[in-house]
Amino acid sequence: MTEGLIAPKPALRRFQQARWDEPAIFDLHTPGSRGVLVPLPDPEMSVGDPLAALPAALRRAEPPGLPELSQLHVLRHYLRLSQENLGVDLNIDVGQGTCTMKYSPKVNDTFVRDPAVAALHPLQDESTVQGVLELIHRLQRMIAEISGMDQVSLQPGAGSAAIWTNVAMIRAYFAARGEAAQRDEIITTVFSHPSNAACAATAGFRVITLHPDADGYPSLAALRAAVGPRTAALLITNPEDTGIYNPRIAEFVALVHEAGGLAAYDQANANGILGITRAREAGFDLCHFNLHKTFSTPHACGGPAAGACAVTEALAPYLPRPVVGFDGERYFLDDDRPESIGKIRPFYGVVPNLVRAYAWIMSLGAEGLRTAAETAVLNNNYLMHQVSRIRGVSVPYAAGRPRLEQVRYSWEQLAADTGVHSEEIGYRAADFGTHYWTSHHPYVVPEPMTLEPTESYSRADLDEYAAVLAEISREAYEEPETVRTAPHRAAVHRVRHETLDDPDRWAVTWRAYRRKILGEQV
Amino acid sequence: MTALVGLVVNPVAGVGGAVGLKGSDGETTQRRAHRLGAVPRAGERAALALAELAARHPEELRLLTADGPMGAEAALVAGFRPQLVHRPGRRTSAWDTTATVRALRRAGVRLLLFAGGDGTARDVLAAEPGCPVIGVPTGVKMHSAVFAVHPRAAGETAAAHLSSGLPVHPREVVDLDEEALRRGRLGARLHGHLPVPELPLRIQQRKTGATTPDPAALGGIAAELRTFLPPGELLVLGPGSTTHQVAAALGAETTLLGVDLLRREGAGLQPLATDLGERELLDRLAGRSAWLALSPTGGQGFLLGRGNQQLSPAVLRSAGRSRLLVLATEAKLAALRGRPLHLDTGDPALDAELSGHHQVITGFRRRALYPAY
Amino acid sequence: MTSTGPSVHPYVPNSVPAVRAAMLAAVGAESVEDFYADIPAALRLGRPLDLPAPLRSEAELVRHMRELLGRNTSTRQALSFLGAGCYPHHVPAVVDEIVNRSEFLTAYAGEPYEDHGRFQALWEYQSLMAELLAADIVNVPTYDGFQAAATALRMAARYTGRRHVVVATATDPDKLAKLADYLRPDHRLTVLPVDPATGRADLGAVRAALTTDTAALYADAPSYLGIVDPALPELAELAHAVGALYVVGCNPASLGVLSPPSTYGADLTCGDLQPLGLPMSFGGSHAGFIGSRDEERLVAEYPSRLFGLVPTEVPGELGFGDVAYGRTSFAVREEGKEWVGTAAALHGIAAGVHLALMGPAGMRELGENVAATTAYAVRRLGEVANVEAPYAGSVHFADFCLRFTGSLGAAEVGRELLARGIFGGRPLNATDALYCVTETHTKADIDHLAETLQEIAK
Repeated sequence: MTEGLIAPKPALRRFQQARWDEPAIFDLHTPGSRGVLVPLPDPEMSVGDPLAALPAALRRAEPPGLPELSQLHVLRHYLRLSQENLGVDLNIDVGQGTCTMKYSPKVNDTFVRDPAVAALHPLQDESTVQGVLELIHRLQRMIAEISGMDQVSLQPGAGSAAIWTNVAMIRAYFAARGEAAQRDEIITTVFSHPSNAACAATAGFRVITLHPDADGYPSLAALRAAVGPRTAALLITNPEDTGIYNPRIAEFVALVHEAGGLAAYDQANANGILGITRAREAGFDLCHFNLHKTFSTPHACGGPAAGACAVTEALAPYLPRPVVGFDGERYFLDDDRPESIGKIRPFYGVVPNLVRAYAWIMSLGAEGLRTAAETAVLNNNYLMHQVSRIRGVSVPYAAGRPRLEQVRYSWEQLAADTGVHSEEIGYRAADFGTHYWTSHHPYVVPEPMTLEPTESYSRADLDEYAAVLAEISREAYEEPETVRTAPHRAAVHRVRHETLDDPDRWAVTWRAYRRKILGEQV
Repeated sequence: MTALVGLVVNPVAGVGGAVGLKGSDGETTQRRAHRLGAVPRAGERAALALAELAARHPEELRLLTADGPMGAEAALVAGFRPQLVHRPGRRTSAWDTTATVRALRRAGVRLLLFAGGDGTARDVLAAEPGCPVIGVPTGVKMHSAVFAVHPRAAGETAAAHLSSGLPVHPREVVDLDEEALRRGRLGARLHGHLPVPELPLRIQQRKTGATTPDPAALGGIAAELRTFLPPGELLVLGPGSTTHQVAAALGAETTLLGVDLLRREGAGLQPLATDLGERELLDRLAGRSAWLALSPTGGQGFLLGRGNQQLSPAVLRSAGRSRLLVLATEAKLAALRGRPLHLDTGDPALDAELSGHHQVITGFRRRALYPAY
Repeated sequence: MTSTGPSVHPYVPNSVPAVRAAMLAAVGAESVEDFYADIPAALRLGRPLDLPAPLRSEAELVRHMRELLGRNTSTRQALSFLGAGCYPHHVPAVVDEIVNRSEFLTAYAGEPYEDHGRFQALWEYQSLMAELLAADIVNVPTYDGFQAAATALRMAARYTGRRHVVVATATDPDKLAKLADYLRPDHRLTVLPVDPATGRADLGAVRAALTTDTAALYADAPSYLGIVDPALPELAELAHAVGALYVVGCNPASLGVLSPPSTYGADLTCGDLQPLGLPMSFGGSHAGFIGSRDEERLVAEYPSRLFGLVPTEVPGELGFGDVAYGRTSFAVREEGKEWVGTAAALHGIAAGVHLALMGPAGMRELGENVAATTAYAVRRLGEVANVEAPYAGSVHFADFCLRFTGSLGAAEVGRELLARGIFGGRPLNATDALYCVTETHTKADIDHLAETLQEIAK
């Protein structure tokens, strides 16, 4: 619209987030109000006081101090809160690198809400759940093909739970060979997702972390120094969170195998390599995917997510039980797995997200998955091309090499020049209606920024995101106060966080706030 | 209540850097820097920190400082009307810094801001400030862990500390040997520790999918260290705050700067002798095997040869590489930004022997494989 | 006009050939192959993935999914008496409306500024749940109730520095499998058999099992068998007498009428949020909660995120952040630290909206209804010939055990019920099965089950 009544848009969006200044729900309490009514017990059941036999200590004396609101007021409160968020559907969500913030198709949500999924009880007779069992079985086979592995469990609740599952299987594998006591070390890398180290440590392994060399990934010499008769496994992401693919990955795996260890592939960063390279080709024994990243299930404010573990035949006996089997006629829950590590969660997995992931793969097929992967990589290299021209940004490691699906950038130069830190750039990014993330702690790349554009964003989206970063860089150099005092147009102003680490003043709940800060008797 | 805040500026800090000198310590260097056209910027940067402090801490503050370029000028620029505790002569010196810090301590300041570099930090340390300290970075060498990342950050931390009392941790004061540095050799010494308030990285940036770094790392390192030491086993512990705090977690009071000898007893460690020199170490270790635990210097990554020369080649050979344990938190390693750990035992053959990848203990059941050269 | 080739996909905007070509040109690449230069040829798949042919249009996808999922028979199409950890409760429409909003469904890890609503909604969930649990600390939800129990037990072990865990009440064998897997590396798990006559905890066995190395005594309230064990307060005393923590798993839907475990001595309370506004979803909609008193040492052991209320620069504005994110401790740590990851935050928001709708009166009515309906079912079904309710002397909530003493065992009875359009309970062994009723069941439903059992339980 270049002429006419409406003037052209400025280069950058004049964003203003909703700012409802909504009170805590407890402050909306109107005594006696009801939000929803509950059926009353049928008096004809004439059971008297069903709790009469209980000791007084087990009968609730004081009603819970929940607020009382009418229905519209509950709805309105939460709708207002909903407007004070920036999800994938609203912003160009390329700033949350490592998390693959892709579009979650709306149609897939409709399947999940359908009673044919929502109203299924997990313990129903198998004959009444053949549809959902077939869906899970088909998804198991799809993940097997995408990874090249032989068998799959869809039980883990998220990526970290899947890593835990793989580590538990590794432990069981060596226990079955009488090597559990000897093989008590797991090797991982700095730029693999930190949950690899954390899950291995929780499982009782000693964790050895490899640091990268100038190429951005560890040298074979470093791995050689770490591998030995105590090695249980290598847990590694590839490409790592830098977006750099380790071309010697097969040699890494071989080295670990020579020492008698196993190799597990964290495929959290698989979005750029779907249909291009697989765990099988590199020789891995186990791998896992995050269905909420690569396979499009929504991130849901931090879960529910879903994880998929895929293994070779040698590891298959240890998969969590049950897996879904097919005997040629009917689908069944295969619970008779004596060597299984047992249960990772109740029942069979985050079924709604299995349904969504299945529908997503069915709507793309092999060619579509490859198109998605290639486009994610193209988008990333295009964005890197735009962003690396911005003043104060650099791309550490493997200079001049392409990246796959994400890049970990550094604002070290900008911080040195202006005193503005990467975190503050993130605050300011919110003023333009965009989200931004630095990296995991501790920062190995100084003043980090991690961008992962996935396949979901258009060229114009990427240009807009780069333009926002360029503008913030300009501000940092020319008017740093604008950045340092941001956000200006977000849902709230800067929080004062000093009390969050003070046991006398932190307030995890309303009742704690009333007791500790307001001095009330609760 | 009005908060008393102290300020001392080393007006010549940083003059060497801009003109390519490796530091600003010593009058000859300073004169050389002025001849080369250097303009002191310490006051300007101190004023920036004060302005940030004033903006973030609206309650009343009383600023105490020294006259002229040692504080008063910066204070006036930032809109303060300072109370003067010291009047330096025309040419300021390290003595003026220590005198000012002592006067501030007597006046009862709650917090001390100093503007300078590592040399200034040493002077502040020597004067024993007796309150938390924040360094405003203005020097050439700033390897000590007492400096904010930027003058404004110093002001922000100061404001947060005055309004709500931040956690205060002992942080290393180290200084390079400037003479050696100008001759192309790196040399560093740990001089001691100053109490520094720290604004936690509360800047959110914590995605839901993230696992936190282990904040209990030092306790975890202690637990891991203990797994190497069956009861009765001897441990030689190098200097620095990492080793000091690890020993404290195991119930042992050790020296910060010295090399100590301990023995595993029960669940913890028992100090046998503290602050040992090379001769004493060799005498005590003669014919016995001991483990040796060291932590690299923060920021530079010196493992051997700086601040722990007592651990001579003879001592190191008596322990052997397989009994050398390196302790560091993951954050400390990350701060090295990929640089290897440095070895400089004075014995090239031993350096070569100790070179290569070391398993650094970073927490309970946590190691990092890190190169040392 | 260029035709839309097969590779253009609605979910992939830059798959349009002209756009793709322009972007390649902008970065100076010949083709996307340039970006894959680091992947050696030997590691390339070199063929298309062998996947089912895609459904080109949304309409075809909907048809396929409807056909596939249409092979299920849901609890809407049958009369179901299944519970055992996944419960049929009414989900208010407002809960569904909120959790299906794009703004919540597709948010993730924004800052407290741009995702203020998510922080507030989750802090309010913590606060609402805290009222129900009578606890000052509640975490951002973990994966599920199994994980909550497993983590609470590890927390107790870290807190006490001990390694032994004792389970006192009847507990779901699947949950025990999870606990065994999760505690295996560092802990010892003792699962005590319950008193076979009453189904309740065997206090003598509990006393004998507790030692000075016991980190935690665990009980479920109600137990796996649906029993509200009158000894729950006494178990607290036994645990505390040896310096162990008392960890209680509870069904939150019961807490309008049953005491929150913290009031009878639980140090850590845990459980599953599914009964609070989450559909059954074939066992796929679970989330775990953990609550406790506000004690610094205990807070330090939470591996989960805890959001806290703080002021902003503007008076009266609410702000949020992570409490005790550092969890600094200089004590010697010999426990493997647990991880924090994406878990089940949106389910926490659902539970929060549910509690806000229900209010104290709704939670009381819900508890009264389920308790009364369960009592009626236990009595009515226990009266059927060849059917016993073996623990009828105990108060039950939702779940209860039926024993089939005739010629047909529990599984056979289930098959016969299925043939008559009824989903019977989960078989526990040859004769016993775990049945369940909630406020979604009417007297007529239970009478119908009783009459049907009368026919088949020979």
